[in-house]
Amino acid sequence: MSTVVEDTPVTRRLQSVKHIILVLSGKGGVGKSSVSTQLALNLYSSSPTARVGILDVDLTGPSIPRMFGVDGPQYAVHQSTSGWVPVYADAESGEQRLAVMSVGFLLKKKGDSVVWRGPKKNAMIRQFLSDVRWGELDYLVIDTPPGTSDEHLSLMEHMAGVRSRVSAVIVTTPQAVALMDAMKCLSFTRVVELPVLGLIENMSGYVCPCCGEVSNVFSTGGGEEMARREGLKFLGSLPVDTELVDVLDSGGKGSNEEAREEFSLLSKYRKTATAMIFGGMTDGVISGLGS
Amino acid sequence: MIAVQAPPNIPNSLSVPANAPEHCPGTDSDLAGKTDACAGCANQDICASGATKLPDPSLPLIRERMSNVKRKILVLSGKGGVGKSTFTAQLGWAFAVDEDIQTGIMDVDICGPSIPTIFGIASEQVHSSSSGWSPVYVQDNLGVMSVGFMLPTSKDAVMWRGPKKNGLISQFFKDVDWGDLDYLIVDTPPGTSDEHLSIVQYLKESGIDGAVLITTPQEVALQDVRREIDFCKKVGIRIIGLVENMSGFVCPNCKTESQIFKPSTGGGRRLAEETGIEFLGAVPLDPRIGKSADYGVSFLDEYPDSPATTAYLDIIDRIKDILGD
Repeated sequence: MSTVVEDTPVTRRLQSVKHIILVLSGKGGVGKSSVSTQLALNLYSSSPTARVGILDVDLTGPSIPRMFGVDGPQYAVHQSTSGWVPVYADAESGEQRLAVMSVGFLLKKKGDSVVWRGPKKNAMIRQFLSDVRWGELDYLVIDTPPGTSDEHLSLMEHMAGVRSRVSAVIVTTPQAVALMDAMKCLSFTRVVELPVLGLIENMSGYVCPCCGEVSNVFSTGGGEEMARREGLKFLGSLPVDTELVDVLDSGGKGSNEEAREEFSLLSKYRKTATAMIFGGMTDGVISGLGS
Repeated sequence: MIAVQAPPNIPNSLSVPANAPEHCPGTDSDLAGKTDACAGCANQDICASGATKLPDPSLPLIRERMSNVKRKILVLSGKGGVGKSTFTAQLGWAFAVDEDIQTGIMDVDICGPSIPTIFGIASEQVHSSSSGWSPVYVQDNLGVMSVGFMLPTSKDAVMWRGPKKNGLISQFFKDVDWGDLDYLIVDTPPGTSDEHLSIVQYLKESGIDGAVLITTPQEVALQDVRREIDFCKKVGIRIIGLVENMSGFVCPNCKTESQIFKPSTGGGRRLAEETGIEFLGAVPLDPRIGKSADYGVSFLDEYPDSPATTAYLDIIDRIKDILGD
């Protein structure tokens, strides 16, 4: 890098991370966390040595621990001399390649609310970026809260020293209300000069499990149209997949009759219809990163 | 680990200014302006002078405006995209059916205002007069205020940190010329952060009649609702009840109902039982709801025969009952 890199604790810590991918969306509930989870799982299985980290900066509504099946009192973050040790979602298969960090691990009870104003959120994000002992990572996926406010500005500010490795994926649903917020989100990335790897349209159509009729619950095609108009890469659309909702809602918990070669969340996820489609999107993301 | 970082005496989060340092003791604390954390804070001199123990000057103005509002209802949810704005709009339309009832809708989701689109008034602008900002009227007795009316184009992102958002919310309460209102419905952004704390702070004196919580049936959403309930208890907001949205989907082809978001842990009903709050009802997912919102028309008027309409109306009646109207 030719630019002068500011030497901050965040810059130093993220020195060992190759690519940082922010998952953004203007609107809430369009599937940022589920896309982040799937992206992390797919990047994880893209190579047998890939090391992936996932950081949940949705401080007042962390969903990532639940989706990775690591919510519960037994999952806590430990302090070590070299920083906070993340929770490894793939620990059950004896590996430590999928590291998870969320404010959810710091709460005593699952119903506890985090009622913080901006400055405290900012401080927490700085700590997440500077104090977590990720080790060497190929990819760090950052799941963000909805909107374009404190958390997003703080992230961009603190990562100023590693900007050349930061890019974003925008998630939307097809209805007009969500597309409008996705546009705002795109304006945000343009203002802060954050490269966008592409747009994902989520919840596009629902297949009736009874008769196979496809209903466009939240309309369809809007994401592709927006990508074309704005000159963004359209990574693809994902249907509403109840099987996937199930898997992520329970974090892959439950009976796992498979051989224990991979952890149950991954093997369950692989069986969903969405996993197939997402594989192609992941290739799109990786090619956009250009290693 | 949060406990390790927190200062020994936890300040009242309502009295921490938005631009305070991390360990601010709270402006109404005896230590205000005197602790180590205060060194370098822009507000240190003000805090040390004791002026902060006096009430916020905008509060009397807000109290005066709000004295003309009979009922103030918040629509909350921990998670995004569960249908807060859609529900707010239906509630507004349902109240406004009665011509003698004046209803106001305030959209405090500053980074993602959806209310103008849902009401079909996205291209309108706010006008100011000597008595304040005039809300945009959908019909004679239904006024709306949103940051969406103040942006040059709908593409523009509002990239504001907490203090700026709080400033606008305070203006929404004190400068909007609502006139006499029977109901003021406040649509909030997801989460429990600046916007929520500010609303509570500004409405402390005039009182909030209650909050309606919205959720979807899956556990990931319920988790966030538990946090929202905890928040309401912490700051003392009365919870009117819980609405489960997107509960079941009826295939337009074969009329079979299936669960898109499976209530793997018992859904909203069980959560309401566990936490001792009232379960107001479940609204099925109807693709026409989303479509109506995109076109800005009232779903209740357009599709009076939909099961979702019946569910909405039952819930709205129940809310009126609980409020004693």
